[in-house]
Amino acid sequence: MELKMKKNLIFVIAIVLFGLTACQAEPAALTVMTHDSFAVSDAVIVEFEEQNNVKVNFLLSGDTGSVLNRAILAKDAPTADVLYGVDNTFLSRALSEDVFEVYQSSMLEDIPVDLQLDDQYRALPVDFGDVCINYDKAYFSENNLALPATLEDLTNPEYAGLLVVENPATSSPGLAFMLATIAAYGEEGYLDYWQRLQDNDVVIVNDWETAYYTNFSGSVGKGAQPMVVSYGTSPAVEVVYAEQELDESPTASLVGENMCYRQIEFVGILKDTQQREMAEKFVDFMLGKTFQEDIPMNMFVFPANQNAQLPSEFVDYIQVPDQPAALPMDSIEANRDAWIKAWRDLILN
Amino acid sequence: MVHKRIGAGRILRWFIPLAFLLVFYFFPLGKITAVSMSTWKHDGLSSWPGSIIANAIGFTLFEATVATLLTILIGLPAAYLFSHFRFKGRAFMRVAATLPFILPTVVVAAAFNALIGPRGWLNLMLIRIFNLSQPPITIQNSLAAILLALVFYNVSVVIRVVSTAWEGLDIRLENAARTLGASPIKVLKEITLPLLRPSILSAFLLVFLFDFTSFGVILMMGGPQFTTLEVEIYIQTMQFLNLPLAGVLSLIQLIFSMLITAAIVQSGRAFSVPVMPRVKSENLRHAKKPREKVFQGFILTILLVLLVLPLVALTVQAFVGIGENGNRQITFDHFRELSLNTRQSYFYVPPIVALRNSLLYALAASGLALLLGFLLASVTSRSRFIGRLVNWLVLLPLGTSAVTFGLGLLLAFGLGATSSRWYPLLIPIAHALIALPFVLRLLEPALHSIPANLRWAARTLGASPRDVWRFVELPIVWRMVITAFVYAFAISLGEFGATTFLTRPDIPTLPIAIYRYLNLPGSSNFGQAMAMAVILLAVCALSMLIVDRLQINMNNPINNERVEDKEIA
Repeated sequence: MELKMKKNLIFVIAIVLFGLTACQAEPAALTVMTHDSFAVSDAVIVEFEEQNNVKVNFLLSGDTGSVLNRAILAKDAPTADVLYGVDNTFLSRALSEDVFEVYQSSMLEDIPVDLQLDDQYRALPVDFGDVCINYDKAYFSENNLALPATLEDLTNPEYAGLLVVENPATSSPGLAFMLATIAAYGEEGYLDYWQRLQDNDVVIVNDWETAYYTNFSGSVGKGAQPMVVSYGTSPAVEVVYAEQELDESPTASLVGENMCYRQIEFVGILKDTQQREMAEKFVDFMLGKTFQEDIPMNMFVFPANQNAQLPSEFVDYIQVPDQPAALPMDSIEANRDAWIKAWRDLILN
Repeated sequence: MVHKRIGAGRILRWFIPLAFLLVFYFFPLGKITAVSMSTWKHDGLSSWPGSIIANAIGFTLFEATVATLLTILIGLPAAYLFSHFRFKGRAFMRVAATLPFILPTVVVAAAFNALIGPRGWLNLMLIRIFNLSQPPITIQNSLAAILLALVFYNVSVVIRVVSTAWEGLDIRLENAARTLGASPIKVLKEITLPLLRPSILSAFLLVFLFDFTSFGVILMMGGPQFTTLEVEIYIQTMQFLNLPLAGVLSLIQLIFSMLITAAIVQSGRAFSVPVMPRVKSENLRHAKKPREKVFQGFILTILLVLLVLPLVALTVQAFVGIGENGNRQITFDHFRELSLNTRQSYFYVPPIVALRNSLLYALAASGLALLLGFLLASVTSRSRFIGRLVNWLVLLPLGTSAVTFGLGLLLAFGLGATSSRWYPLLIPIAHALIALPFVLRLLEPALHSIPANLRWAARTLGASPRDVWRFVELPIVWRMVITAFVYAFAISLGEFGATTFLTRPDIPTLPIAIYRYLNLPGSSNFGQAMAMAVILLAVCALSMLIVDRLQINMNNPINNERVEDKEIA
């Protein structure tokens, strides 16, 4: 029996080692690295694959920051040809680490200039969305509570203990919301503001899942806080994924000045790809109408291409901020880590 | 006992596990260390982050110590109960105690929320009974929630490891001591505890290591104010891309794990006494005395509240939906919707496929871990020095940050655009390495406890080494083999940290698929995530019940008689 075990083991190891060395012999395919929230309709990808006679492999590699960090770590021996999902909070890092090749797609004509943050055409905008505070409509009407209209209102005693936010060091919406407070109060003032939020019993958790499903009262979790830092499109998602058809969403977004932070997501061709031509085709395809119109109901963000039609849910249930908060890209890259560190020091003490 | 001649078999037994460790642990770790070093040279450590490191070490040690002690405190009486009394639902409780192991943290968080959240059942019940205005249980996002979850996850380790050893204790030793006039306390102190000591220490060590490297529980049950080394490594790697600091933290974590391990291995060794193993369930009886009945009721109540109630809450969540009138009602919709690709999504994977992936990975991982464990255990039982060395080496992957390990594997083997199709092979390998210390620590004491004269007697009577293994050693260690298998299987099913680095979207494991549902708002997504967790639970419970049945059959006296017949023939 022992002998048999040995044989089996040698067999297993042989297969594994063979597998690991044999990978070089695989036929060419396009590999797209992206984040966990990436979603697309089956038919859309099949269309691209059939038109171009190629197999598209997707690598879903954590949240926005993680994906980029993985691409940077693997820079010397790229694991993918195309990287989608770097947002404006991390774009500077991607550009300074030089992970992208230049590609000026003709499709950029259909995309508003204010979304095109990289004037050297290494990262091309695909979609955008806002990180906003969602509120539980029922709670506010039952308690006859007025809605907070500004970030400052959130520090008023009537909203004490009613807001749950995410840790900017571990959560992408958490980081976006912290950046919104910096846009509103400046580098000098944001820590003071957070101190006042803390004095007003703001609840801070590490991840969006906990904030939304455990702490937020407007979700099925029926938590204690009627306000949560989430996405501007979350109210529409609540309708789309409701168990029974709803006429209106149980939640809505607060879209006062500087209360939302706009995230723009980019695609780029990774340095040293062996599939440059196919990668270009895929980038064009992502910016084209078919893919762009598929975006809203899959990833619940807005398509960058202005010719793309929006689904009715997006028109009916989503509040779009007139003045989302914004910070210069270079300033984010230069200070992001220091801002987060100062924020952590404040919260930990 | 040291053999002068070292056969080819011995060398292979050595070589295979060590080569495995070298290729799949040290090589990836070397790779990530090299990357850390090169960025260190390039950027340097901007400023020595002493407070971050000190905070993380302090809290990790504190949290792990308290949680492990709590786990032992609840686990030991429960182990006594399981090893001494027959009661209704004994098999069920044993399995239920192991189930938390496989559950993703996000699901456990939801279960606890349904139970003790501000609008959870327990709170609503207490509000109604005592007519309160505020929910009385408010432990959300607190240290208490972290500790509760850690005990929930790990108490089964103590129960399984210690009760299995306790059941095998020779009751005649205790009886003899009693006959000679020792008080029950004295018997416990001088006979029972010393004999159980190796297994109690093993359980302590495993639970401590799990608590020490815990990640998901700290992240999801606590808040930003609670940071363990593992969480800090994750933040420094994934958020700040500060690899030098992450490397330093990983090293600190590893050194602490090794020191703690060494201390426990050291203190456990001196007391390992070979004892003639007994027939299983020989000691089992029904509780008769009132004192025993009270004890049994008390312990069972604790276990029911701590282990079973959250699982029930989770199951109920999967079956409760919102009806047309807006009220909650019982429904199978969540399960039905699981098999529908409503959005025609490219990444849709039917739950049955995710389940199959998980089970295949878990089978491969536990098979691999058992093989490696056996090879190593057969070597370590012959030399104390080698034994210690191997125990150390093997514990390294469990004491290593999952983030570091996963990333290292990725850097070492994930290169080249097309190699992503081979990632899935790395998943069972990583799981096997994480489960190996469990397997070894369970198998080793069992193999060591076989009195040498049993082997000699069998050899003298003409049995080949293979026969000795088949008819003497295996039947004795079989119980521990089963326990080891169950744990390796459960560890693999529930492993999330390293898996996230190695998984491919079209072949997700069940925990990964569950997380995917919880990426988006909406009651239907939540319901489907819970339904999937219930499927995971059900399949696991079923396979563990089957394994427990195997255990009973193997120890069946009829089986033993058959063995005897064969030998005589």
